[in-house]
Amino acid sequence: MTYLRKVTTLNYNPQRCTGCGRCVEVCPRNVFEMRDKKAVITDKDRCLECGACALNCDFSAISVNASAGCAAAVIRGMLTGTEPVCGCGDNSGKVACC
Amino acid sequence: MNTIPLYDKRTGNKAGQSCCYPQAQTCCIQPDQKDKTMEMPSKQFNKKPSWISDIILTSAGQVPVVVSAWSRSDLLGRIRARIGSFRMHYSIPPGLYAIGKPDANSDVFVSANYKLSFDILRRELEGINGWILVLDTKSINVWCAAGKGTFGTDELVRQIAGTNLAGIVSHRRIIVPQLGAVGVKASEVKNRTGFSVLFGPVEAKDIREYIRLNYKASVKMRMADFSLMKRIELIPVELNPALKKYPFAAIIILLLFGLEPSGIIFRTSWIEGWPFLLLALAGIFTGAFATPVLLSVIPFRSFALKGTITGLIAGIPLVYFTSMFSNDSGMLKAAGIVFITVLSSYLALQFTGATTFTGISGVKKEIKFALPLFIAGLTASLIFIIIHKLNIWGVI
Ligand code: SF4
Ligand code: SF4
Repeated sequence: MTYLRKVTTLNYNPQRCTGCGRCVEVCPRNVFEMRDKKAVITDKDRCLECGACALNCDFSAISVNASAGCAAAVIRGMLTGTEPVCGCGDNSGKVACC
Repeated sequence: MNTIPLYDKRTGNKAGQSCCYPQAQTCCIQPDQKDKTMEMPSKQFNKKPSWISDIILTSAGQVPVVVSAWSRSDLLGRIRARIGSFRMHYSIPPGLYAIGKPDANSDVFVSANYKLSFDILRRELEGINGWILVLDTKSINVWCAAGKGTFGTDELVRQIAGTNLAGIVSHRRIIVPQLGAVGVKASEVKNRTGFSVLFGPVEAKDIREYIRLNYKASVKMRMADFSLMKRIELIPVELNPALKKYPFAAIIILLLFGLEPSGIIFRTSWIEGWPFLLLALAGIFTGAFATPVLLSVIPFRSFALKGTITGLIAGIPLVYFTSMFSNDSGMLKAAGIVFITVLSSYLALQFTGATTFTGISGVKKEIKFALPLFIAGLTASLIFIIIHKLNIWGVI
C-alpha cells in the first residue's frame, strides 16, 4: 500500500553520500537501495517521513521533515491557527499523539 | 494472577485519538513523578511476577531471569491491552534482564518497557541465551516511543551506563529493533558508549532468522507491513474513542430533533431523531471499522475519500431503501446522507495515525482539502434539518 504521491519532504543529496548503507538498513519502507556504492532512492512515494534515515546518516546527505503528527492534531492546529502539536506530556498537554 | 508493581504512579491522561504501530495505544503520559528507574529491576518487584524465573548475580548486581513462555496472565494482559482498558499502565521496570543462561559473549537485545513489546520479544527469544536491555519508554511501544524520542539515543546511553552493561558483556554490540532507528542515532551511541548498534528486524518474530543470517536483516524483515491482522488489531484505537463520544452526539441529535415551537418535545425527538442515531452508528462502523479492514481494496489513496466511499455505500441504501426515512421529506434524507458521509470520511482520515505508511505531509494535504468540506457538509446537513423543521412548523 502506498499513500499520496509527491508529498514527502524527503530530500537526498547524492553528492554527500559515502555509501555507508545506514539509510538502507534503517528505512522501514525500503525507500533506499545501494547501487554502485551509493544510495539511490527507489520509490520516494513510499516514504512515510519517519526520519530514521536522516537521523542516522552521518554525512547529512538526507533531510526530511519528520514532525510526528496525527490527523486530530493537524485539524486542531488548523482550527486554532497554531502549529499542530502532536506529542505528549511535558509541554503540549492535551493533544494525543503520534 | 501476579500483579506487577508499577514503578511509578502516572497521572494517566485521557488522550483521545491515538496512534502508533505496532502495538498501538494512546500515549500521552505525564513525566514521571518519581524517577526510580535507574535501580536494577530486581529491586523493583515486591512479589515475583510469573514471567521471572530466577535472579542471577552479575558483576553489576542482580539481574532477573525471564521465561520465554507466556502465562495465562500474560495472555490476558495482552488481550486487555489490545482492547484498551489499561494500556497506560502495562509496563515493566526498565533495566537489564536475562533470558536463558547468558554469559559475557551473549547478545544484548534492546526493548521498550511496554510489557506487550517485551512479552513478544521474550517469547521469540525462546532457547536463546541473551540479555534484554529495557529502556524507559513510559510504557509505550518502540515505534511510538522512537517517534517521540523516549526510545532514543539519550535513554539508550543512560541505560547502558546505568546497568553497567560494559562490565557484564565483553563484546561491544547491541541489537536495537529497526523501528527504534527513528529515535536512536547509531553513531552517537557508539561515540558515547563504545557499543555498536546493530539494527535488528522490524518484527521480533524474525530475530532468530536475523541471527542465523549473521546479523543481517533481509529486505522483507526491514519492511513495516500493514497486514490485515495488524489493521484489525488497531481498530479499537479508533473505534473506542469514537464510541465514547457517541452518547454526546446522540444527545445533541435528540435535542435538535426535539426542538419544537413549544419547547423540547421528547416524543418528536425520538421519532425524528432515531434514524440519525442509527446513521451515526453506521458512520462510525464504516469509518473506523470497515475502512481500516478493507483499506487495500477500497479505491483511492486518500483516506478521506476511502471513508467517503464506505460511508456512501452504507448510507445510500439505509436512507433511500429502508423504511427509516420513508415518511420524511427529501430534506431529511439529504441531511442523513451528508451526515453519514462526513462522519465516515472523518474517522477514516483519523486512521492515518495508526498506519505505517502515511506521512504527515500527506495527512496535512488531505486535511487542507477535507476539513472545509467536512465543515460545509455538517453545516449543510444542519440547514437541511432546519428547513425540514420550519416546513413542518408551517413557517415556510
Ligand atoms: S546513510 Fe547517508 S552516507 Fe550512508 S549510504 Fe545513506 S545517504 Fe549515503
Ligand atoms: S523518512 Fe523513514 S520512510 Fe522516509 S526514507 Fe527515511 S527512513 Fe524511509
